Amino acid sequence: MESIGVLMACPMNSYLEHELEKRFNLFRFWTVPEKSAFLATNKNSIRAVVGNSSAGADAELIEALPKLEIVASFSVGLDKIDLAKCKEKGIRVTNTPDVLTDDVADLAIGLMLAVLRKLCESDRYVRSGKWKKGDYKLTTKFTGKRVGIIGLGRIGMAVAKRAEAFSCPISYYSRTEKPEIKYKYYPSVVELAANCDILVVACLLTEETLHIVNREVIDALGPKGVVINVGRGPHVDEPELVSALVERRLGGAGLDVFEHEPEVPEELFGLDNVVLLPHVGSATVETRQAMADLVIGNLEAHFLNKPLLTPVV
Amino acid sequence: MATKQTDYQQHFSSQELPVVLVNRLPSFRLPSKPPFIDNLLPHFHLLDPHDAPEPYDSFLSRHAHSIRALITVGPTPVTAEFLNLLPCLGLIVGTSAGLDHIDLPACRSRGIAVTNASSAFSEDVADCAVGLLIDVLRRISAADRFVRGQMWPVKKEYPLGFKLGGKRVGIVGLGSIGSEIAKRLSAFNCSIAYNSRKKKPSVPFPFYANVSDLAANSDVLILCCALTEETTHIINKDVMIALGKQGLIINVGRGSLIDEKVLVQCLVRGEIGGAGLDVFENEPNVPKELLGLDNVVLSPHCAVMTPESFEALLQLTVANLKAFFSNKPLLSVVSNE
Repeated sequence: MESIGVLMACPMNSYLEHELEKRFNLFRFWTVPEKSAFLATNKNSIRAVVGNSSAGADAELIEALPKLEIVASFSVGLDKIDLAKCKEKGIRVTNTPDVLTDDVADLAIGLMLAVLRKLCESDRYVRSGKWKKGDYKLTTKFTGKRVGIIGLGRIGMAVAKRAEAFSCPISYYSRTEKPEIKYKYYPSVVELAANCDILVVACLLTEETLHIVNREVIDALGPKGVVINVGRGPHVDEPELVSALVERRLGGAGLDVFEHEPEVPEELFGLDNVVLLPHVGSATVETRQAMADLVIGNLEAHFLNKPLLTPVV
Repeated sequence: MATKQTDYQQHFSSQELPVVLVNRLPSFRLPSKPPFIDNLLPHFHLLDPHDAPEPYDSFLSRHAHSIRALITVGPTPVTAEFLNLLPCLGLIVGTSAGLDHIDLPACRSRGIAVTNASSAFSEDVADCAVGLLIDVLRRISAADRFVRGQMWPVKKEYPLGFKLGGKRVGIVGLGSIGSEIAKRLSAFNCSIAYNSRKKKPSVPFPFYANVSDLAANSDVLILCCALTEETTHIINKDVMIALGKQGLIINVGRGSLIDEKVLVQCLVRGEIGGAGLDVFENEPNVPKELLGLDNVVLSPHCAVMTPESFEALLQLTVANLKAFFSNKPLLSVVSNE
C-alpha cells in the first residue's frame, strides 16, 4: 500500500503520522508552501484524507482530489467535512466514536467541578502565596445540582451517568424525545436552560445546532447558571457568552472549545468563574492511541476491500 | 418546626436551657454564615469564656459543674488536662471531620462521647477529591494557566493527559467521605479497593490490610482517613515506591498523613506521577518546590468550604446537642473501633 497517497490535513498526533508513514505515501499538508500547486501535482495519487476537529475536507479540497476515495477523521465530530459532497461523489467517511466518549464525559464533569468549586482559582491562590494572608472564599456545592444536557448521544449519556453518581437530577434536550430514557425531556433548549443549574453542550455541530446556546438560552440559565461546552466552539454564541460572563448575567463557564481556536476572548482571562481549556476533550495518551488505531484500521480496511470499522458515509 | 421547639422546651424552661460551653481558640469563632450562635441560642445557654470579662480560668471553674456538653470550634484542642477541669462533661461536639485535635483516648476513659462533622461534609469533600483527581490526570489547572498565559496560539498543542476510566483507585479510610468517593468514581469505570483499620464485611470492594499492598495494586491513592498516632506519615517512602512512577496521591484528609518531605522529593524526581493536595503538614505553608510543578494541584484546605456544608454542620450540631440532652442516640458519634 506504500504507493497510496494519504493527505494529512494538519498535525494531530505523532504516533498516527508514524503509523501512516509506515503504510502509505504520506503527505503533510501543513508543510506545503504552495497548496494549489501541490494539489495540482499530486492529485492523482491522493486517495485518502486524514482530518480532525481543526481541518478536514471541505468542498474545495474534495474537488481538487479526483482520486479521493475516503476521508478518515481523527475525531467524532464531522463539521470540517463536507458530508453532502462526499455522499454525492461516493467518497467514504469514517470517524472515531466510542473510544473518546469516556474522556470527553470525564472532562465535562471535571470542568463542572473546577468551575463550581473554583479549583483552578484556588490553585492560583496557593501558588501566588495568598493563602498565607487568609483563607480562600466559599465556593458552590456540586452534588445535587440540576444538570441539563444538550444532545443525549454517547457522550451526553456518559455525562448523565457520571453526574447521577453526584445525585444530580438530569434533564435533556434532543431533536426527538427518547421515551426509553428516564431523564426529563424538554422540547426546547430555552426550557432546558430555565430548569437546570448546569447546561452541558454534547451534541454534534450541524447547521441546526450552530449557536444553539444563544442570548435567550443564556438569559434563561441566569446569574447562577453555568455553561459547559465540550462540543464545538460554534455551538455557543461566543460574544454573547463573554458579555454575559463579564456582566455577571451568567454564573460561570467551563469551555474546552472556542469559535476561533486557538484564539480565546481576552475578556475571559480576568474572570474567576471560568475555566479555559485548549480543546483537550479526547487528549489522553490512551484515547489518542485508540483513535489513531481506528483511523489506521479504517484506512486499511478500505484499501483491502473489507468492511469499514466506523463508517459515517 | 414550631411544634418541635415546644416539645423540646417542655423539658427546659427558658431559665433552664441546657448549658453548652463554646470551646475556642481566641482567633476562631463559630461560623456567621449561617449564623450559628443565633440558631443555637433558642435551645441552649451558651457559655463562651473568651467573651466574658472575667479571666478564663475563673470563669470556667465557676461554671464547671453545669457544663455537660461543649462545642469545640475548628481545630481548637481538647486535652486531658482540659477535661480534668470539666468533671460533668458527657459530650464533645466537633465541628470538623477530623478529630486529631481531641484526645480521644482521654474522652473514652472518662465516658465522654465525641461527635464529628463528617456526614455534614462528606459530599463536598468527595466532590473536591474527585475534582482534584480529574484535574491532575487531565491537567485542567495547568491547561487553564496555559490558555490564560496566551500560550495556545504560540505552542499550538498541549501535552496529553491520562484517562481516568479503568484506573485502580485505592481509598485509605472508607468512612463516610471514602464511601462517597467510591460511589462517584465507580461511575467513571474506576475499580475501587481500600484500606481501613478493619475490613468492612458489607462493602463489595477488595480490602488490603496494609497500605503498601494497596498502593502496589493501585494507580491512585485517595487519603480520607482520620489522623491518629497510627496514621501519621502512613504514606511514606515505601508506599510511594509501591505506588510507582505513574501513581497519583490525592489528599483530602490531613497533611501529616503523608511524609511531606519525601512526597516533595518523589514528585520532583518523578518517582510518583503527581498529586492533588487540599491539606499540608504546616498550613498555610506549602513546600515551594511544589509551586512550579504542573503535575500537582494545590488547594487551600477548602474541601468543605461551601455554604451548604456549613448549613449541614449547623443542623448536625443542633441535632447532636438536642439528642444528648433528651437522652436520645447521637447522630454522628465517633466509634471506638
